[in-house]
Amino acid sequence: MQPLQRVRSKSVVIDSTNVDTDQIIPARFLTTTTKEGLGQQLFCDWRYLPDGKPNPDFILNKPEAAGCQILVAGRNFGCGSSREHAPWALVDYGFRAVISTEIADIFKSNALKNGLLPITVDESTAQWLLTHPGADIDIDLTSTRLTLPTGVAVTFPIEAFARHCLLNGIDELGYLRSKLDTIERYEAARPW
Amino acid sequence: MAATLFDKVWTAHEVVPETADTPAVLYIDLHLIHEVTSPQAFSVLRSQNLPVRRPDRTLATMDHSTPTLTEQVFGNVPIKVDAAAKQVRQLEINAAEFGIELFDMKDGRRGIVHVISPELGCTQPGMTIVCGDSHTSTHGAFGALAFGMGSTEVGHVFATQCLLQRKPKTFAINVEGALRPGVTAKDLILAIIGKIGVSGGTGYVFEYRGSTIRGLSMDERMTICNMSIEAGARAGMIAPDDITFEYLESKPRAPKGADWDTAVARWRTLVSDPGAVFDASVDIDATALEPMITYGTNPGMVVPLSGAVPQKSGDAVYDKALAYMGFHGGEAMLGKPVDVVFIGSCTNGRLEDLQAAARVLKGRKVAAGVRLLIVPGSQQIKHDAETLGLAQIFKDAGADWRESGCSMCLGMNGDTVAPGQYSISTSNRNFEGRQGVGARTLLVSPMTAAASAVRGKIADPREYL
Repeated sequence: MQPLQRVRSKSVVIDSTNVDTDQIIPARFLTTTTKEGLGQQLFCDWRYLPDGKPNPDFILNKPEAAGCQILVAGRNFGCGSSREHAPWALVDYGFRAVISTEIADIFKSNALKNGLLPITVDESTAQWLLTHPGADIDIDLTSTRLTLPTGVAVTFPIEAFARHCLLNGIDELGYLRSKLDTIERYEAARPW
Repeated sequence: MAATLFDKVWTAHEVVPETADTPAVLYIDLHLIHEVTSPQAFSVLRSQNLPVRRPDRTLATMDHSTPTLTEQVFGNVPIKVDAAAKQVRQLEINAAEFGIELFDMKDGRRGIVHVISPELGCTQPGMTIVCGDSHTSTHGAFGALAFGMGSTEVGHVFATQCLLQRKPKTFAINVEGALRPGVTAKDLILAIIGKIGVSGGTGYVFEYRGSTIRGLSMDERMTICNMSIEAGARAGMIAPDDITFEYLESKPRAPKGADWDTAVARWRTLVSDPGAVFDASVDIDATALEPMITYGTNPGMVVPLSGAVPQKSGDAVYDKALAYMGFHGGEAMLGKPVDVVFIGSCTNGRLEDLQAAARVLKGRKVAAGVRLLIVPGSQQIKHDAETLGLAQIFKDAGADWRESGCSMCLGMNGDTVAPGQYSISTSNRNFEGRQGVGARTLLVSPMTAAASAVRGKIADPREYL
């Protein structure tokens, strides 16, 4: 994995609460056996009309969304299915961070393993972000600070080990495998 | 110090405790896999030349993208969707190459992953159980710590039999009193989700407690724990008791003889100690509950069946959900139109669910113009339902009786609801497009689903009991 220290980009806003992973990537696209190319189907049923043409009202089809790496959404983003295809699709499309007041547990865990920063912020920061689409946002993982173009900066929580792995491009599996001796001792010692 | 059920199971599986800098290394007793979320994890093993470390703790089945038509499962009719056929084939290749036991398409033990593991006796109290599927919470009904994960973590468990995890908080859901006739475990969990909200459980593990929970069967407890994730909780647990042990004792892979006695003695310790402290709690009065139904696009948008679509002004997200459903604030739920009725899924595809539906359907017919699809949770349940005469009741009523699988819960296998149609479903998610593009899903109990199929409109099952 590539190290990830900072994301600076304009924001895209999806002002909906409880955006579930079935919206991010519908189940009919989960028949794939690889991770690649899912960005094409990201938000498919919102992004395309029934005839397959882009829905001009959906934000990702508007010119100002091009190249944006930061997605701002309402409370409880990524709820529902555990499909890692959701962060795969977001990353394949080009997103590097998702900001909300609340992010679902499994989605958050999956995002951190794929170089997608799940950033939770307080209600007033979220309200500012939701009402200022296209704002230039600076997310610094080293200092765990998110800075708005107004100069206002807030710190965000992020699990310490996941942050360490993201900053240094470390794969968590390598760390887990370094514990194999301890795992074997645990198995041998367990009475049941 | 007094410990919760969760604390006891967690502590027993800590290979390395968490620190400020590192999560705990948590040992996994049972890893369930299926065709949809495992292929990418097998690819990681291949690319790093790693084996599955404990194939003996790994069990594979195919359920999500598999067909439910008998001629496709057992005959020579190919799976309609090419990619699904490839995914099924890939699981066969992966299981063979890595030495994992697989219940393949024609195996009589195949079924929905969260249905077959309990019925085989693989799911046991005090275990840690994971699967690349959010409804892994189902297994918490046995006092196991069971949760869903993504495919990267599937790879972690393959390679090490462990996961890196931060310890979640605990949430006691206390339910007291008897459920009234016609009110089921599904109605109870929908009411709980309605009360605490779809993200109320984020960061928590639930423990369902109280006299109501103690009185539920294992099938009912699984329905409750299954939908913990719909309130945001990765896991929900119920302390094992005599009902649990009675269910397990006859199961083929449960411990036998002296091992059984030893296991039960250990399992009896898996209760929250008196005075154990939970990080949050809620009290539910079961005696006040009615059959429940969802009206919107997440499982927290739920009302009593006799109620109406709530009215809210100035909420654009709410308005969008109602527009998707084609509903207006203030409309009564009873009597709304029905196009499709689906009875099945890891929430309500077990034998007791089918028996409940059969009570309503016996001697009755599905209303003209309504499609009733009944999909058992496993091949074993299909066999039992046929032996007990339930399948004949369903067929006589005009239902479509299928082979087991996830089917119309998420529509991956071609069993879908058409755009704009109303689906009265015993599954777990009423998200936009969940059962097909443009499909409108209303979540209910098996009895309410059966009653609505007969009436051809949303109907109260108590009129049919």
